[in-house]
Amino acid sequence: MNFAPETSIDIASAVNRATAPAGEPKLKVEKLNFYYGDNHALKNINFEIPEKRVTAMIGPSGCGKSTLLRIFNRMYQLYPGQRAEGKILFDGEDLLGKQLDSTVVRSRIGMVFQKPTPFPMSIYDNIAFGVKLHESLGKAAMDERVEWCLRKAAIWEETKDRLHTSALGMSGGQQQRLCIARTIAVRPEVILLDEPTSALDPISTSKIEDLIDELKQEFTIVIVTHNMQQAARCADITSFFYLGELIEAGPSNEIFTNPREARTRDYITGRFG
Amino acid sequence: MDATLSGTQAAQGLATARKPTGRVSDPIFVGLLWGCGIFVLVLLGLIIAMLFEGGLPALREFGISFLWSTTWNPVTERFGAGVMVFGTVFSAVIAVIVALPLSFGIAFFLTEIAPGPLRRPIGVAVQLLAAVPSIIFGMWGFFVVVPLIATYVQPPLIEWLGPIPLIGALFQGPPLGAGMLTAGLILALMILPFVTAMFVEVLESVPPMLKESAYGVGATTYEVYRNVSVPYGRTAMVGAVMLGLGRALGETMAVTFVIGNATRMSASLFAPGATIASTIANEFPEASIGSLKLQALLQLGFILFVISFIVLALSRMLVRTKG
Repeated sequence: MNFAPETSIDIASAVNRATAPAGEPKLKVEKLNFYYGDNHALKNINFEIPEKRVTAMIGPSGCGKSTLLRIFNRMYQLYPGQRAEGKILFDGEDLLGKQLDSTVVRSRIGMVFQKPTPFPMSIYDNIAFGVKLHESLGKAAMDERVEWCLRKAAIWEETKDRLHTSALGMSGGQQQRLCIARTIAVRPEVILLDEPTSALDPISTSKIEDLIDELKQEFTIVIVTHNMQQAARCADITSFFYLGELIEAGPSNEIFTNPREARTRDYITGRFG
Repeated sequence: MDATLSGTQAAQGLATARKPTGRVSDPIFVGLLWGCGIFVLVLLGLIIAMLFEGGLPALREFGISFLWSTTWNPVTERFGAGVMVFGTVFSAVIAVIVALPLSFGIAFFLTEIAPGPLRRPIGVAVQLLAAVPSIIFGMWGFFVVVPLIATYVQPPLIEWLGPIPLIGALFQGPPLGAGMLTAGLILALMILPFVTAMFVEVLESVPPMLKESAYGVGATTYEVYRNVSVPYGRTAMVGAVMLGLGRALGETMAVTFVIGNATRMSASLFAPGATIASTIANEFPEASIGSLKLQALLQLGFILFVISFIVLALSRMLVRTKG
């Protein structure tokens, strides 16, 4: 990876030093370039996301972190004029290639958005919707699945008596946890969180952060956040993006206490961004 | 010192300049606006009153059974609205049934599938379709659609579906071309742009993030449309359909050209029929002032008004209780 030494960072070894040994990276980004029409939004990104860890992406607005997230589950393909070049290996298979089907990719790499986006249907159906797309479960198995993921998302107690009422009647924090439950329900391997707490109050935020901590036992988590404390609290790995480039990535405690790059230090100390 | 002085002068100047200019003109303006508002109410009231009062003798003559009686015989002066009410509703319902899937398709294509350069031309074409005058649809229907249907659509349908019990009743009679089905088809084309435009508006109001979350759990384009976009805008869409229905109910010229204008009741899609509007258009010139026929026609007009009013009120309600 001597193609672009300034942006290639050996995360695997960094992780090995910082936390328990990690295996092969779950997602491996190689020489990724991304364009919105003529706008070169991501520049030669090389990046690895380890399995069953929380990886945070931070950086000022427009730095490309959300863009990268949307490439992971191929959301960008919904919009003509957006294109990606390079490779993203997902368990060794190229995500950007033709051999993987988009709907399958999106069921294996789930996403939670900035704002809660419950579907206009009941709480139960919000979860069953995604499951039905990929599996044909009987009534009992579906009930079990719904309960399983609502428990995982720490919202079962609040919803078990109103599963068949509209999801639109829940509070914002509950809706967001429902969206996380819905994402878990299809049993993805990776969960992408795009500023999942930016529309929530502090109490709901801390619930979601606790949840992230739980979920990393089973899932690989990538979170985009504007809140640096959140990254420091939740993430094992933190990466800093600036103007479409990956400036630095490494164990969160190193990034936040002793960053290698001056730009990273300036950003986390609030000197810009 | 200078500054304070000029400041005071300026203040005085301002005070004298502030005449209450609106004292005379504003009440006039407000009065005019009141007039405009009241005008609409008075106009509507007068139209209703004229229709009802003009048609009242017919209602007295034939009683409330005027509403459903299927006799319409100008020679013996026996009149009933049954055939026309049925024809009006039947043709409008056919129109909605035909237009609905097409509008769905066009609207979804325009909002989700169409590549940028194609979106505008198709959108404009749909709008232009709405600008085609109804008489043009009538002539085109009469000279082009009626012969086509009589030659290519009706004979096979009568042959294949006619003998089937129950639904066969819809496909009986000679292949005349002009009839309920043709009227419904032409009406469908006429309400299509309108319903499509409203569907596009509803679909565009679906938050992109909501659609992305559905794509995000692995849904296909169809599944997102079926399970997220449409449920999100369901009520507004039903309202749009009702508005389309309302338009189809009152449409006159095009229908008059292609419906066959027969005041007989028939369940067949191919049988010539009549709507309230087409009957009025056809027979009004032959109805002399003060005749029972004229009164019956005015009463028909009142009934059409009531039907349209109900449909419009329903659609308003649905569009408003969106979500």
